Amino acid sequence: MTEANKIFTRLGDGSGIWMTPEEILADIEAGVADAVDRGKIEALTSEEKQKIYDIVTMPGKIVGVEPGREVVMSNDSGAYKINVKSGIPMSVDTEVLVYERVLGCDSVDVGNTDYNYKTAKGVAKREASKLKNALNISMMPLFYGAMPNLGFYTQPDGPVENWAVLLPDGKIKEAMAAQEEAVHHAVRDMVYVAEQMYDVGADGFQLDTSGAAGDADFLAALQACEEITARFPGMGVEIGMAGEFVLGMHGRLKYKDVRLAGLYPHKQVKLAEQAGASIFGAVVNTNCNKSFPWNIARVCTFLKACSEVAEIPVHANVGMGVNGIPMCEILPSDVVSKADKAIVEICRLDGL
Amino acid sequence: MLAAGMGGVRTAGDLVLRMQLAHKMRIDEAKAAVAEKLNVSLSDLTDVVVMSEVREDLGIGLCHVEPSAQENNGMEAKFRISQKLGIKINSVERFKERAGLK
Repeated sequence: MTEANKIFTRLGDGSGIWMTPEEILADIEAGVADAVDRGKIEALTSEEKQKIYDIVTMPGKIVGVEPGREVVMSNDSGAYKINVKSGIPMSVDTEVLVYERVLGCDSVDVGNTDYNYKTAKGVAKREASKLKNALNISMMPLFYGAMPNLGFYTQPDGPVENWAVLLPDGKIKEAMAAQEEAVHHAVRDMVYVAEQMYDVGADGFQLDTSGAAGDADFLAALQACEEITARFPGMGVEIGMAGEFVLGMHGRLKYKDVRLAGLYPHKQVKLAEQAGASIFGAVVNTNCNKSFPWNIARVCTFLKACSEVAEIPVHANVGMGVNGIPMCEILPSDVVSKADKAIVEICRLDGL
Repeated sequence: MLAAGMGGVRTAGDLVLRMQLAHKMRIDEAKAAVAEKLNVSLSDLTDVVVMSEVREDLGIGLCHVEPSAQENNGMEAKFRISQKLGIKINSVERFKERAGLK
């Protein structure tokens, strides 16, 4: 049932709501202001805010970018969404062909269903064999993907002490040392896996959710990227972020003399460039309690600032819980398509 | 993908992404580079009707096609893509090494 003079949209958790035009405009202003305040960046122009309003209020379940404004797509956890998450049994190379010839993807990543480099390292050559089969029969670029996921290197699953336990105990120096040691292990594993994938012909290497465990996690991704691109120049690296803000779990880590804690996308991208990345996956977190207009306005403010300074392609991560997409497992196409349109047309990004 | 993507091998999305990976080109530059290599306009680059013919003529692969001896996909298409775009494709280079072609 519609309510007079109200427009259907959603909250950040995916639930449907009806908002008046005035409420939508107010939320757009508030979302932009929040991004400006946190990121110390420029606000969107009046025209850009109006465009967000126009997109949010477009009728129809699915909207699209203007002809000629299409971008390209890269992925994370691509080649197990059909056979694992959707429960449709098929081999990875078959799934790659579905992405290529049925779904119209520009690329996809192949990865372990336990999507992290610590696990992938143990089976790296078998993973490479899987990727090679797919590369032989496909045409589009194929990545190998996984997450740095520094937390996996902590006890009891890994070799280093768990800083999430040390910090509440006030053992700050021990927590910092543990993170520094974990970085070393993670970089070693990522480079090892990259070597196996390069050897079978991978087009790209995806470091997904970089920074998920904070600044040490981001440092591991940057250092790994630097080494991978130096040793394997024929394989591009994509650094895809976990969040909009690098959390200072360590607090003092630097890359190229830049402190990592506290960085937002427009600063993160510059380090990714210095590390040799070919693509930067920018992220802005979705606030589940706020409306889609609020979230997407905030997203566009951050991503526009990132795109303006970037010298490498920027692909916004438009997945669950990030870049305006609701935090729910099965995504509603109405807000997903509106988020895509807003991000592409306002922020002038290079991909999604 | 429907809302904002180039559609991969339906048009030239795979080729544009290859330029992003190989040369770190932003989207407009990558599209212009591919359009020039394929001798098509920018508007034609994202037109599935035009690009189907272009891809078939060049042997650089299609999303679906009536099977025939002339059909190119997979590795053979990538050999042609590498040649047409003037870029090295890692899987092509590794294939050549493993097949003793270089």
